[in-house]
Amino acid sequence: MPRLALTSNYATAYAVKMCDVDVIPVYPITPQTTIAEKLSEFVANGELNAEIIHVESEHSALSACVGASAAGARVFTATCSQGLMLAYELLPIMSGLRLPVVMAVPCRALSAPISIHGDYIDLMVARDAGWIILISSCAQEVFDNVIQAFRIAEHRDVLLPVMVAYDGFLMSHTIEPVEVPDDENIVREFVPKKREWLYLDVDRPVTMGPLAGPDWYYEIRFQQVPAMRNAYKIVKEVAEEFYKKFGRKYDTIELYRAEDAEYLMIGYGAVWGFIEEAVDRLREKGVSIGGMRIRLLRPLPVDDIASALRGRKGFIVIDKALITGMPVGPVFSDITTALKIANVDVPGISAVHGVGQRTMYIRDFVELAEKGIEMFKSGKIPRESIYLGLRA
Amino acid sequence: MSSRQEISIRWHGRGGQGAVTAAQVVATCAIMKGLYAQAFPEFGPERRGAPVKAYTRLSTRPIRHREPILNPDYLVILDSSLLELPATLDGARDDTILVVNSPEPPEVVKTRRFGKVVYIDATDVAMKTIGRPIVNTAILGALLKVLDLITLDDILKSLEKFFSGKLLEVNRKAVVEAYNLAKVI
Repeated sequence: MPRLALTSNYATAYAVKMCDVDVIPVYPITPQTTIAEKLSEFVANGELNAEIIHVESEHSALSACVGASAAGARVFTATCSQGLMLAYELLPIMSGLRLPVVMAVPCRALSAPISIHGDYIDLMVARDAGWIILISSCAQEVFDNVIQAFRIAEHRDVLLPVMVAYDGFLMSHTIEPVEVPDDENIVREFVPKKREWLYLDVDRPVTMGPLAGPDWYYEIRFQQVPAMRNAYKIVKEVAEEFYKKFGRKYDTIELYRAEDAEYLMIGYGAVWGFIEEAVDRLREKGVSIGGMRIRLLRPLPVDDIASALRGRKGFIVIDKALITGMPVGPVFSDITTALKIANVDVPGISAVHGVGQRTMYIRDFVELAEKGIEMFKSGKIPRESIYLGLRA
Repeated sequence: MSSRQEISIRWHGRGGQGAVTAAQVVATCAIMKGLYAQAFPEFGPERRGAPVKAYTRLSTRPIRHREPILNPDYLVILDSSLLELPATLDGARDDTILVVNSPEPPEVVKTRRFGKVVYIDATDVAMKTIGRPIVNTAILGALLKVLDLITLDDILKSLEKFFSGKLLEVNRKAVVEAYNLAKVI
């Protein structure tokens, strides 16, 4: 398979092209814009037969996604940060209408103050809008996740929109090697257009999104619950099939040197590479530590997280997002909830790093682990996040 | 091939000089060759003339993290006035190789040690070949004098991914010209 030198944004665009997407409504926003640029180039060159709809805002972009997907088209869009916030209204509409749209989110900080730089606060705010969320850790995985996302979204037992998230700039603008099949039919065979969702069709009339009173709203809305349960299973099935076809293995979570580890450091997105490096350095010093990353954030893989943590002496979650009003990071909250549901009792420490793209160093993770293990041993576990890289 | 597993290059230029593209050309070239590589800019608002930093890592193994390069093996300076900013030389080691756009050996070689110093009047080369002071491809030619893992031919080939037609031709010319004129001390 040929290797290309691609940023994660370009990896997204290549995957979208290979999935033969029909409609792409987009509005530019840093650091997403190069996805839209590359896709426009593909369409202009005749390499992709798709309708690019240039709209006047992200709210309109996602509205156009609703219309196009409701008409039966395979739809892709991308946004982040303020764009995602402006378009937020459409997120639960799309999951409620069960439209299998795929959206790339190169995650970026939120105003105010204005920041164009990367962190995951935008994604965390949009976590509970009923979308499936995959977080990628390298450009190759971005490419692979976009392809898998269409299969997951359009699966008849799922029919939910999917966000493919990754770090704004740190990944969206970093060139890395990506294996891209030279024959796009290989990808197209993997994501056949089955159109198994209800779409607007004069021969089979349906009403979409009508008013539902207290007598029906709950039942209609509840249908997303089993769909999300199914999504967990389908994410695993699609990953397995993807592995057979493309040789790269994915799961809901990923572990690194974890077999015999007393402690786990947990992260997502580009932080994963820092964790892997830190684990290697700590292992050299004889520290019994491993790494875990969350690939599937929604539906939260509760059992996979719980079984990975069962029997450990402690875990540290690094959230690249600053949430206030909760004393701990957003994914730390998710993980502790998963442990409680599964009745697994392991102490955890919440840490926050990379906010507004504050520079992260591998040594920060090494020091955090060493400090955290001391805390676990002494039983003096902080009740609030440790804020890394923050000037006093 | 160097016995080292990883080569790090830090680029310093000014907005509009093409430092980010140069960083990407080298990484792309390595990836096309079957090596592992990564290139990214130090991200800030894009302003013409403002100092710009970019990073390239080349490796014989996959590169997992995206830490900025603190102690570069190669320090490439597209505008020699940037050497007056103390931050430009931050983290440079005694064996760091300095590649600088300058018609003369830069002043800084009198006051501190480097592994090697390569200098080239890249602005002159760019003006004569491309006709504009976009010095990134010329400075690449100078870097190639001292860079392991990648050859002049590799770079000339990978320029296809960035330029086409007349632009490809003049940029290739800039690389070759600078390669031939660069002085190593």
